[in-house]
Amino acid sequence: MTIEIKTATLEPIRHTFEHTRRRFGDKPASRYQEASYDIAPEHNFHYRPLWQPDKLLNDTSRTALVMEDWYAFRDPRQYYYGTYVQARAKLQEVTESNYSFFDKRGLAERMPEEIREQIIRCLVPLRHLELAANMNNVMCCAYGTSTVVTQAFLYNGMDRLGVAQYLSRIGLLLDGNSGEALATAKDHWMTDPAWQGLRRYVENTLTLEDWGEVFIAQDVVLDTLVYDLIYRQFDAVITEQGGSDLAMLIEFMQEWHKDNSRWVDATLKSLAAESDHNREVLGGWIAAWREKAVADLSPLGEVAVGDEAVAASIEALDKRLAKAGL
Amino acid sequence: MTARKLNLKDKYRLLTRDLEWEYSYRDYEEIFKQESFEGIKITDWSKWEDPFRLTMDAYWKYQAEKEKKLYAIFDAFAQNNGQQNVADARYVNAIKLFLTGVSPLEYQAYNGFAHVGRQFGGVGARVACQMQSLDELRHVQTQIHAMSHYNKHFDGFQDFSHMHDRVWYLSVPKSFFDDARSAGPFEFMVAIGFSFEYVLTNLLFVPFMSGAAYNGDMATVTFGFSAQSDEARHMTLGLEIIKFMLEQHEDNVPIVQRWINKWLWRGYRVLTLVAMMMDYMLPNKVMSWQESFEVYFEEAASALFKDLARYGIKMPDYAATAIAEKEHLSHQAWSIFYNYGHAAAFHTWLPTEEEMDWLSEKYPNTFDKYYRPRYEQWRRMEEAGERYYNPTLPMLCQTCQIPMGFTDMDDPTLVSYRQSEYDGDRYNFCSDGCKDIFDFEPEKYVQSWLPVHQIYQGHCGGAEMEDVLGGYYRINLGTDNLDYKGSPDEARWNDWHGLETAEEKLKKAS
Repeated sequence: MTIEIKTATLEPIRHTFEHTRRRFGDKPASRYQEASYDIAPEHNFHYRPLWQPDKLLNDTSRTALVMEDWYAFRDPRQYYYGTYVQARAKLQEVTESNYSFFDKRGLAERMPEEIREQIIRCLVPLRHLELAANMNNVMCCAYGTSTVVTQAFLYNGMDRLGVAQYLSRIGLLLDGNSGEALATAKDHWMTDPAWQGLRRYVENTLTLEDWGEVFIAQDVVLDTLVYDLIYRQFDAVITEQGGSDLAMLIEFMQEWHKDNSRWVDATLKSLAAESDHNREVLGGWIAAWREKAVADLSPLGEVAVGDEAVAASIEALDKRLAKAGL
Repeated sequence: MTARKLNLKDKYRLLTRDLEWEYSYRDYEEIFKQESFEGIKITDWSKWEDPFRLTMDAYWKYQAEKEKKLYAIFDAFAQNNGQQNVADARYVNAIKLFLTGVSPLEYQAYNGFAHVGRQFGGVGARVACQMQSLDELRHVQTQIHAMSHYNKHFDGFQDFSHMHDRVWYLSVPKSFFDDARSAGPFEFMVAIGFSFEYVLTNLLFVPFMSGAAYNGDMATVTFGFSAQSDEARHMTLGLEIIKFMLEQHEDNVPIVQRWINKWLWRGYRVLTLVAMMMDYMLPNKVMSWQESFEVYFEEAASALFKDLARYGIKMPDYAATAIAEKEHLSHQAWSIFYNYGHAAAFHTWLPTEEEMDWLSEKYPNTFDKYYRPRYEQWRRMEEAGERYYNPTLPMLCQTCQIPMGFTDMDDPTLVSYRQSEYDGDRYNFCSDGCKDIFDFEPEKYVQSWLPVHQIYQGHCGGAEMEDVLGGYYRINLGTDNLDYKGSPDEARWNDWHGLETAEEKLKKAS
């Protein structure tokens, strides 16, 4: 038996907005579709930006990549604002309970001193790198084309700020909130030879003007390598040396990276599938930034994991690129 | 080891502000290319006071809770066909105006705050702007979702985004935001963060939401409540950026003053649409435009400018003009739309006898003297079967892009009219405010995409009005627009409620 409540049904005069009907047909559209497709201004801009007079306000030429239809992308996670914050809130809840467990049990004190130092040297400085990732993704959001593309960049950008803040909290958990670990980690970031290549790489990305290139340099090349090196390989090394409690502090980064990679892969694939032109442009950027990243990451790889570490991360990157047809 | 307790400010400093480092491989100017071209001098970003110290984990948590509640209401609204419970179907035209005219501005704000959220050299200011960008994305998306159900039962919502880029009166809000976004990052913050979000928000966002509350629109008002705490954050950011600029360097003061003059006037002109919405489009009135202008502009703004006086900032001169216009603005605006009811994407109508009495009471100095006779004349024409539609195209103000229909306030029978010459061409303006804005940056405002010029130049689908309205604007003539009386919206509404139109009653009686 089921119970059946009678409600008045009113025949709708249309099933969705015109912009979603034109794209997906006259049927109820999903909330992701109604809030993501064809809602960005595209025509009749009134004034040229004082800060870039050779372009229009929303100008597709802010990247060398070309798309027939900039809405050809689809976020496999179908994040619009509501689904995005709810997904992150879930992840945040788990993370919060991990951090408070770590704190309550005084697990920082149980960590061998050299492990703590190693974390402060090799992990905590990434908070600065994450700030650059925040700026880079917000840049792609600000100058990219179409909401399906730009909203995901903003989510990514804000996520990176969140990661930077969690990394800072790891520092504070290790130094009893004195801020010393953060200061030491910043010293490493500024002067430690293990980090200088990476810092140079990052500062270089912050001066780029083509948002497509930023996407490649940051989200594709650097993130793939760094997340593999630190959150997989370094995590394993630390666990082996008796620091397995670190795992609960970086679970957020691992889960987030998995989630974000689904979108990065889909975006890369759509860009590459579009044309030979795009594949050529992407290929050029990838070659250039991959080479730099390998050189710049190697010193950290050696310090954090060992000689072979970066080679293993490159494998992860190449696999990823091959999947996208690059 | 017992952990030290961190207060909120220290914690925010360590978690956010301290993420910044001093660049050594590249120059600061290469990374923040837009920070100095406007002439604003920033000597020390570390003096930035964070207007709200929200970390991302807390942001996700609070916002997710708000979204969950909001969407539960949207679902219930749709399931129960809540659109039947609004005060009257004429009300729905107010939110058509909102979705076509205001929601796309939320989108532009999302773009604009992402832009400044990358360009500012201080991490505190950047992050606050980024959060606002994300909030603005929330607002445009939740507004689309709030109105998605109305779109299934009323005409005029269906192509809001397409229309915003093209339709003549929507170029008023569109050009306003284009203007702000094409300015430098600091001017954008004065335009949107301060003038729009701090000074004018109670005259824009709030009247629409209160209108929803008074008229049984559960979906829109729930969105309004849900956005309230976001808006409060945006207001504190708007005020902080002004104070920060003024405190950084005395040379900033005259620049900021000029921007405040410009943007309060520019914003006030956009509010014309709100004025007519409040006085004419709400079946259940919240308060008159004049009343809300007095509370939210005259009182609130004078308190604010008293506070800013210590920096050497004063109330813009044009405030006097805005004050003088408060008894006329909504009537003149609704008259324009009644005139061009065939070219709008919503319905227009004449106020009922009761509504005219309300207007007389609220506007004792002006309504009976200037506007009631006009409406009575139009009513006589309508009763004679000759509902008035103006077949000509109006001249537009080069700056605000509103048809030149505003009158001289000393003599409300004379159209106010200003001119400037630039590079051998003549340009027309509705007011001193708009003329001054042009005269200071003519090379910017000669670029205005003026809808009427564009139609005459053949850029809008063709020479016939049908080509423009139906083809280029994608307005369904006679369905989305013309008078509310006789519209499909009215017919459906009457059908839901078992009501008869005046015409049907007449038929039956004979």
